[in-house]
Amino acid sequence: ATMSGLEETSNESSELKEDNDFDVEVEGHVEVDYASDPFRLYMFYRDRKEWADLEPVPQDDGPNPVVKIAYSEKFSDVYDYFRALLKKDERSDRAFALTAEAIELNAANYTVWHYRRVLLQALQKDLREEMRYITDIIEEQPKNYQVWHHRRMVVEWLNDPSEELEFIADILSQDAKNYHAWQHRQWVIQEYKLWDNELEFVEKLLEEDVRNNSVWNQRHFVISHTTGYSSPAILDREVQYCLNQIRKAPHNESAWNYLKGILQDRGMSSHPGLLEQVLELKETHCSPYLLAFLVDCYEDALENNNQKETLNRALEVCEYLAQEKDTIRKEYWLFLQRSLESRFGPSAASGEPLADGTEPPAGQQELS
Amino acid sequence: DRKAFVVYPQMCDCLDASRPWLCYWILHSLELLEEPIPAAVASDVCQFLARCQSPTGGFAGGPGQHAHLAPTYAAVNALCIIGTEEAYNVIDREKLLDFLWSVKQPDGSFVMHVGGEVDVRSAYCAASVASLTNILTPKLFEDTPSWILRCQNWEGGLGGVPGLEAHGGYTFCGTAALVILGKEHMLDLKALLRWVVSRQMRFEGGFQGRCNKLVDGCYSFWQAGLLPLLHRAFFKEGESQLSRQRWMFEQQALQEYILLCCQNPAGGLLDKPGKSRDFYHTCYCLSGLSIAQHFGNVDLHHELILGKEENRLAPTHPVYNICPEKVAQALQHFHQLPVPEADQRHGASSADGPSAPAASSGSAEHQS
Repeated sequence: ATMSGLEETSNESSELKEDNDFDVEVEGHVEVDYASDPFRLYMFYRDRKEWADLEPVPQDDGPNPVVKIAYSEKFSDVYDYFRALLKKDERSDRAFALTAEAIELNAANYTVWHYRRVLLQALQKDLREEMRYITDIIEEQPKNYQVWHHRRMVVEWLNDPSEELEFIADILSQDAKNYHAWQHRQWVIQEYKLWDNELEFVEKLLEEDVRNNSVWNQRHFVISHTTGYSSPAILDREVQYCLNQIRKAPHNESAWNYLKGILQDRGMSSHPGLLEQVLELKETHCSPYLLAFLVDCYEDALENNNQKETLNRALEVCEYLAQEKDTIRKEYWLFLQRSLESRFGPSAASGEPLADGTEPPAGQQELS
Repeated sequence: DRKAFVVYPQMCDCLDASRPWLCYWILHSLELLEEPIPAAVASDVCQFLARCQSPTGGFAGGPGQHAHLAPTYAAVNALCIIGTEEAYNVIDREKLLDFLWSVKQPDGSFVMHVGGEVDVRSAYCAASVASLTNILTPKLFEDTPSWILRCQNWEGGLGGVPGLEAHGGYTFCGTAALVILGKEHMLDLKALLRWVVSRQMRFEGGFQGRCNKLVDGCYSFWQAGLLPLLHRAFFKEGESQLSRQRWMFEQQALQEYILLCCQNPAGGLLDKPGKSRDFYHTCYCLSGLSIAQHFGNVDLHHELILGKEENRLAPTHPVYNICPEKVAQALQHFHQLPVPEADQRHGASSADGPSAPAASSGSAEHQS
């Protein structure tokens, strides 16, 4: 899912082009495309008797159009009639049928989707059938904004989420990181309070791919909205879960990020024995993520108790990351190093009165 | 290749609801390449975008379609790049303000179009056009910063809506929107900084959109573009340890990725080797290359050009992603004009469902 929601579509479309020019008889010259319409079953709207009452509306690009798209004849024909319907605000079954054609030609045309929704309500269309329709469309084009939004509207109108979790699971089985799918899933769960089995779903997906960051996010989503992370039992369970995953896959950034994510507001160094466990892991399961986590632990410790030894360790790890273990982030680690030095170093203490107005001691406290 | 403006076979039907985007992607690419836009082309673009403007305000994906915040953003940016009186005069500011009110939600968010979906892109699109055209009022963005803040998650980045996985595109939109609204300090900047620098791939040099996913050239802008924003935010907060020469990402490595891996030999840029070129990737790879080449602002400027001097691109503004001179010129022009009085018949109160005309953008089926 991107800014315009299009970058993946525009890459794929050149491969998926199916709607080529159909046979056209113009003054005896016939363009044949047997691959697309071998039995000439498709008839342009302009040739259909039942549409003869409607005057098609050509696109008004103006006299000097820019970014012109080379529309196929089918596309122009369908959209000329769509524009005609829109202009009339026609509420009819034929209009409804045409929206499906317009959507098939460009599922990103949000104006058509909007019109289809107006018709769904005005014509009291069968929403169960619409669910079947939107299911098919999403299966074909799962990375489109409009199709998911449309499904959400239909689910809301029906007030029936009963198919959603299974449907989304199916989409995720084809692309376990589909952003729209996760968004829809979170909406359904939150709106209809379908929390009960979601953690189980998360665990299953993490077993399939422990590096799927979307699933780690879902884990956080479920827990923070149900039990929360406040209880020591839950927090400990989650910390242990992370460490187990890290032992199995030490270079999985998601697990490390999750560990930090659940501890950062409570204080990384607050969890008893964690620093020691991580230092142990450093010997056999080291990674840039482990080292970064160490820096975060030290920083947190410094905030509560500024000790020269802690600062030195933090600065050392920053140096190690900047120069050897995570050089792509050198600028960042050096900044962090300077920042820690500035906040907790000797120059920070000397000459500056403390919050209570007294002067600090000449040097920093040694570790007992 | 400027010929791309008139007709280009790669523009497929699927972009028929994104034509202002095509104008922007192409114009911005040309301005980064310092290719002049012939006056005739500029004028044609202005007239075309005028036809994309909705009678009820805002710009649509094409003539006759409904207004939508994404093509609105693209159209305003394109017109500001052109920067002539004709271009500025295309924008109906009063109606644009009406449109923004019509998509504003009570919780501070915006839907992308009437009856459409909510996500953080909309806040950025709205803030961008409102600030450039001087129609911004505090009331319009009431509660927007707090909604955006809810999008920052346990990873430190931002998701599309609260609860979702942190993602480069959405993180850029949320952060840039907050910068425009002067509220960027409300974010956990340190967590955001850690998240975004961690998105640079140590082997490829380019950026990924989300943790544990693949590199993509377009994130050269969405992700790397955050570093200038954060640099400025930290600076405003009084951070003393910021570099005076470099952004906090590996600028050379990003330039290498873009130049060596993201170019199509026939011109244009792309996601990663093996993918086909498109104007979206051309725009954002070039934008990211510009960010990686230029540090600082008007007063303090430090360049790092990889390869030949001809590789040098024009600098880009990290908030709006058009050239800084064009931003300044637009602000200068529009701030001479009075802020319009809003006609605040906004929200989901009025004509709804079957009775509302489908052709207008006024039917508000989306529940807040």
